[in-house]
Amino acid sequence: MRMNALRAAALVVLAATVPLAVSALPPGDPARGEKIYGRCMACHSIDRDRTGPRHAGLFGRRAGSVPGFPYSAAMKKAGEGGLVWNEQTLDKFLQNPTKFVPGTRMGYAGVKDDQERADLIAYLKEATRQ
Amino acid sequence: MPQIFVPTFQLIARRAFLARSGKAAFSAAALALLAGNEALAAEAEKKGGATGTSDVTILNTALGAEQEAIAAYQVGAESGLLQKPVLDLAVTFQGQHKAHAELLASTVKKLGGKPVEAKKTADYHFPTDKLKSQADVLRFAAGLERGAVSAYLGALPLFKSRDLAKAAGSILGDEAMHWAVLRQALGEAPVPEAFVS
Repeated sequence: MRMNALRAAALVVLAATVPLAVSALPPGDPARGEKIYGRCMACHSIDRDRTGPRHAGLFGRRAGSVPGFPYSAAMKKAGEGGLVWNEQTLDKFLQNPTKFVPGTRMGYAGVKDDQERADLIAYLKEATRQ
Repeated sequence: MPQIFVPTFQLIARRAFLARSGKAAFSAAALALLAGNEALAAEAEKKGGATGTSDVTILNTALGAEQEAIAAYQVGAESGLLQKPVLDLAVTFQGQHKAHAELLASTVKKLGGKPVEAKKTADYHFPTDKLKSQADVLRFAAGLERGAVSAYLGALPLFKSRDLAKAAGSILGDEAMHWAVLRQALGEAPVPEAFVS
């Protein structure tokens, strides 16, 4: 019994810590992130909707919720399901957009390098403040 | 540096302008890239995939970006800020984006999709208030081309059809050249790194 309880406790601890360990990013540098943001500029801008939605006000925004932007059904559904953009959700989305939100129109393989993703998110956090 | 780069750039611009008459042939060659492979591409489209993001969706996203680039070059050409031979170069690049857009739209149709339509120029909300000089226009265009290179690079691994990936790679190469020439025109190193990302 005691062993089972210990095992269950260990599993709870693992479940609580493993996702954090997987998604934890190194500290990001906004200056490096600004250069990486250049990769996004075929479709995105901070202050205007383009092929992709504007990024201003991104943090804390529900996915698929910029007024008037023609999102994919998948992105709207993700937002309605509770997806809100923050450091953790952006980390997962930017790593592999079409895996995180299957059906997204963002046909981009992702930013695979942890440091680059951290830098990009650090830049977005600064540049998208309203 | 400007004394060295300007004559070189003028030479590039003149050559690009003279080569513009070959645009239709290049476009036809690009279209031929997909000819005969439509059935395979359509089959790949039907199969879908784990990502749920179809080739048609990727092509339509690229088409939207190409349409915006066409409109941006039009704004640049009509701004009165570009002087020859830079103006000729911008018109040449715009023509190549039009060829990309035509190819993408026709491929979307072949795959049974509906190509996205271009917006009215005003609806792109270009930052025209920030375009005060030829250098501003070139820097703006360079940013779009740089982004386009990354967008195509990021799309390549997602195509279910290798033929479509090859066609997208062909466009990527062209837009990387645009980016390099625009950087040269701005007096920057045209090819700053060994790899694009």
